[in-house]
Amino acid sequence: MRYLFRPPAVDAAGLLSLPWHQPLAEWDASLLLEVPQRGISRHVVRFVASDGQVYALKEIAEPLARHEYALLGAFEEEGLPAVSVVGICVDRPHELDAVLVTRYLEYSMSYRYLFSSPRLGQSADRLIDTLVELLVRLHLAGVYWGDCSLSNTLFRLDAGAFAAYLVDAETVERHPTISAGKRAYDVELAQERVGAELLDLRSGGLLPGDIDPIEVADGLVGRYEALWDEVTREEVFRPDEQRYRVAERLQRLNDLGFDVGEVELVTSSDGARLRVETRVAEAGHHRRELFRLTGLEVQENQARRLLNDIRSYRAYLEQREGRPVRESVAGHRWLTEVYQPVVDAIPPHLVGRLAPAEVFHEVLEHRWFLSERAGRDVGTKAAVRSYFETVLPATPEQVTPPSAVAERG
Amino acid sequence: MASIEMKHIVKQYGDGFPAVNDVSLDIAEGEFMILVGPSGCGKSTLLRMIVGLEDITSGDMVIGGVRVNDKAPRERNLSMVFQNYALYPHLTVFENIAFPLRLAKVPDDEVKRRVNDAADVLELHEHLGRKPANLSGGQRQRVAMGRAIVRQAEAFLFDEPLSNLDAKLRGQMRTEISRLQRRLGITTVYVTHDQTEAMTLGDRVCVLRKGKIQQVASPRELYEQPVNLFVAGFIGSPPMNFLPATISGNELSTPFGPIALDERRTAAVAGRDLLLVGIRPEYFEDASLVDEAKLPLGSTFRARVDVTEWLGDSQFAYIPYEAPEAITNQLRDLSRELDAEELRTQAIVSIDSTSRIREGRDAEFWLDSRKVHVFDPQTGENLTRDAEAGAALTRMATEDRVEQVEEARARADGSTSVGAA
Repeated sequence: MRYLFRPPAVDAAGLLSLPWHQPLAEWDASLLLEVPQRGISRHVVRFVASDGQVYALKEIAEPLARHEYALLGAFEEEGLPAVSVVGICVDRPHELDAVLVTRYLEYSMSYRYLFSSPRLGQSADRLIDTLVELLVRLHLAGVYWGDCSLSNTLFRLDAGAFAAYLVDAETVERHPTISAGKRAYDVELAQERVGAELLDLRSGGLLPGDIDPIEVADGLVGRYEALWDEVTREEVFRPDEQRYRVAERLQRLNDLGFDVGEVELVTSSDGARLRVETRVAEAGHHRRELFRLTGLEVQENQARRLLNDIRSYRAYLEQREGRPVRESVAGHRWLTEVYQPVVDAIPPHLVGRLAPAEVFHEVLEHRWFLSERAGRDVGTKAAVRSYFETVLPATPEQVTPPSAVAERG
Repeated sequence: MASIEMKHIVKQYGDGFPAVNDVSLDIAEGEFMILVGPSGCGKSTLLRMIVGLEDITSGDMVIGGVRVNDKAPRERNLSMVFQNYALYPHLTVFENIAFPLRLAKVPDDEVKRRVNDAADVLELHEHLGRKPANLSGGQRQRVAMGRAIVRQAEAFLFDEPLSNLDAKLRGQMRTEISRLQRRLGITTVYVTHDQTEAMTLGDRVCVLRKGKIQQVASPRELYEQPVNLFVAGFIGSPPMNFLPATISGNELSTPFGPIALDERRTAAVAGRDLLLVGIRPEYFEDASLVDEAKLPLGSTFRARVDVTEWLGDSQFAYIPYEAPEAITNQLRDLSRELDAEELRTQAIVSIDSTSRIREGRDAEFWLDSRKVHVFDPQTGENLTRDAEAGAALTRMATEDRVEQVEEARARADGSTSVGAA
């Protein structure tokens, strides 16, 4: 027998003593952990606990196991939402299939639990939205799933919302980009699977009466198309609306949970055409990226916001100067020409009400609000003045951290 | 059910590499077409262009007379069979087959009719009311086929469906698929890298190499009249033996002695220098077991046997031979391209299982010279291919198919009228 493990393999070492020479289906119940409400699998799947960690074991043909092992490993490195793979066991005696070992996703829930639990039963739409978001994210990354279903997805609560993770990568294919046909087929399969899975729950008396399986499944297609359009479409607008419209689009993408990798602006006599390249980022990615570019240390969401502003400023610089501007140059100029002036302008008696990055974020929000109302970009200066006069003073004094109060003297 | 026509289909990837290169292929209504070749030959890409998963760089894809290049997969109404089928534990076998129709909001009585018809073909009737938990492996696969049948798709498409099954279930499913296709008479395209699957399932087999069609013919034509070295080496197990040869008059001089050619083949190879002779394992025999009357139809030679394999009903002997370096290199390349492991400068010959030929000893063999082919070692072209004889073989297969499709239709009409009565 041969075991292949991805580092850190220490925590998996405890698994070596398991009876790998026996078919999974015949393992003694005392070794296994009962995980209720699991999805449907074509293969034998068992759960074991070792040193406080739970592992999922799946028995499949060796080429599939190797394929899935490699893909899940790559997904993890790229920060794609998928279960974390530990390793595979191959060359088992009696021509037994290989076993793929993944870490059980802590605090995760299967659709069987979510749809049938009365507390969460009403959130069918949110679950489908979460699944759709996962599918869009994978498609953007050039991943063709080939088997998108609720069974192959795990859900986790994330500050009141859900996050979805890909659990089964057997049929997955990786390409630089994927064709519209592959996306359409993935969505078609997802619709059919989700419909069947909900029909199945209903037959088992596990689905609240107000959820119509066919309606939910049909809805998935439209939701996917709307989200895909939102994250990929090209927009055309007038040069004078450019700065705030770019910011608006980036903000909308962020609100949907997506990050923007690159912004491309092509100007012509009709106006500017905007193309955004949406990407999947790993946790903490923005904090590190912003620190690299500006030396600022802020929270993840704030970092995302500031990075968007840097990108939008860079596009503006490039357009104005008619030549490419390096990212690091744009970051530096943004810090001195855009960010620092705003922070320096905070009236002394209001310093510390909010973190500087949060102030900047709110100024951006405020500028968007004013521009939207005026139908044109009002510019940062006007927005800063208005914000410090009307918005920041309304922030409760109590939230000022002790360190800021002490510094103020 | 529909015909599928491909006209000058090209699939080029971003880097300019043509995965499929000018493929033209007509698949008749009700035909079982196999796309076969080693990995990287373009067979899966071609299937995916039929389904609509891959964009077509140029050329026309026509299904049922309609150009579908720009149609989404769903609009093409094709059925990919067995793709990751799942069985739903709370649904009965009936509903496990019916759900695609439920999702398409097909009326109840129509659902009932289609599922019952499918269950008849699949012999699943007695299970329809049960839950799927206790179905056997084969029955589960049949439920998956049932889903494909009730959709009434224009064609069935299979992409290496058996590659991950164990040997027993694989054999069983091969039989099931073949039986089902014959009974339904539905146009089927089946991708495999396994030449045994290709030979046993297809009405016609399309052999691909590096994105180009090598030959499209019935299994028998491929076997008996291969168009080139690649097809000859790919089709057949154990594979065809290739020996270096030179020609003088009507006689080939080979490591296994002289082989006489008939007039037609002599004319075809006249004036050539170095040649390759292709001889299938079963054209050999232990000379001591050959009937007196048959002996003059071939030649006899002595050779030292390296290894024998006795399999009960058959027996193989391995005979090494010498070949010039150019030929050895070429055969090695061919082996590599075919993902084969055989050392090609060793002939594998089939001898009667009662033969007493032993390892490490010299023995006398007989070689049936009537069916040998002669190839150009440079281009790989089969110089002695009899196109007419080949076409006749494929024609026979086509006649069989047409007859079977008609029977299937008659049966379907019959069951409908019974149902309506």
